[in-house]
Amino acid sequence: MKLVILNYGVGNIKSIQFAFDRLGVTAVLSSDAEEIKAADKIIFPGVGEASSAMKKLREAGLEDVITKLNQPVLGICLGMQLMCRKLEEGNTNGLGIFDLAVKRFSTSVKVPQMGWNTITNLKSKLFEDISDKEYMYLVHSYYVEENENTIATTDYELPYASAIQKDNFYGVQFHPEKSGKLGEKILLNFLNL
Amino acid sequence: MLTKRIIPCLDIKNGRTVKGVNFVNLIDAGDPLALAKQYAEVGADELVFLDISATLEGRKTMLEMVLKVAAQVNIPFTVGGGISTVEDVDALLHCGADKVSINSSAIKRPILINELSQKFGSQCVVVAIDAKQIDGKWVVHLAGGTIPTELELFDWAKEVAQRGAGEILFTSMDNDGTKAGFANEALAKLSALVNIPIIASGGAGSVQHFTDTFIKGKSDAALAASVFHFGEIPIPTLKQELKNNSIQVRL
Repeated sequence: MKLVILNYGVGNIKSIQFAFDRLGVTAVLSSDAEEIKAADKIIFPGVGEASSAMKKLREAGLEDVITKLNQPVLGICLGMQLMCRKLEEGNTNGLGIFDLAVKRFSTSVKVPQMGWNTITNLKSKLFEDISDKEYMYLVHSYYVEENENTIATTDYELPYASAIQKDNFYGVQFHPEKSGKLGEKILLNFLNL
Repeated sequence: MLTKRIIPCLDIKNGRTVKGVNFVNLIDAGDPLALAKQYAEVGADELVFLDISATLEGRKTMLEMVLKVAAQVNIPFTVGGGISTVEDVDALLHCGADKVSINSSAIKRPILINELSQKFGSQCVVVAIDAKQIDGKWVVHLAGGTIPTELELFDWAKEVAQRGAGEILFTSMDNDGTKAGFANEALAKLSALVNIPIIASGGAGSVQHFTDTFIKGKSDAALAASVFHFGEIPIPTLKQELKNNSIQVRL
């Protein structure tokens, strides 16, 4: 199993690496196109601001590399959002793997949503042995509306897509690497896809 | 629904927990890693580590501790104490901390909040505010509550939110250590005033106090130290009781 975490100078990737260490899998940080293409599984991390993250992705020359991948890719938090078409944050275009828009929560709720919330209507092998309404840790100000690619739903202001899937591309809005044992189970499920 | 969070706070000096901890089944109660793991096991939602080391050597040890915690603990944690530059934060996040908490440095140089939220995102910037009532006014204090400032709690809270703080950790110095409950009136006012999560701190003594701060104080999270460290309020009991009171918690 060759697991690569995309390294494009964004965010706290240590936590993800450590989570896989706990599962007994060594994840390699890489921004090298050939190494990424040769991996069995790929993690697309991201925290921080969308437009600057997208800029870094472009500078690292990874835009085309990611969209053309055929092996399972898991986008986490901003990583998931960057796989979408259009992001309200910084008025940025994403990779467009998912033809979806990423919008900001309104001021009717506290922003960011910070803490543990449930995931429901689970529809993917990614959630094997995870029961409905389990808690995951989330920290985000922007969300993806429910859509045909939704594989998990969370309710905050409105029911939104907290996980999406299209072909080999998976995205989760929550942080499995910070969501206790159940989060680790989701990472393990990803490795077993 | 998003749950209310329960957050144990550990004071760290030179890589060891201080202020006394009395934990059953813990061989070394001074070891922050062992404590953190235990808290994660019993259902703490997050952890806060407060570095009270005064020396440079102590700060370096803190980074090593953060690395160990990040490697072995699978819930989010915040590190605070003595953080005053973008470089400090960069180093902590690199070691795997999820958030940082700043206090005095934000008062001395408020633009630090902007710098941090722009560089690392609001989600990892917690601004801690210590305040106490003087002549009916909530006066913000710095340096661990030892020096009063010109700032008033609610004005300062508004400013830190505008500058990009992702969360406010409010400690009422009037309530801290009393075990008589949180400063719910001020907390509720804060919660209505700013649109970011508020962590209540100072005054936890009973399960009822937690219920009160979530209902009356409209707090999003509650932080405590001694009631957890000395096993006075076991976290599973607390959460079950909160659930019985129709407060959303993760069990």
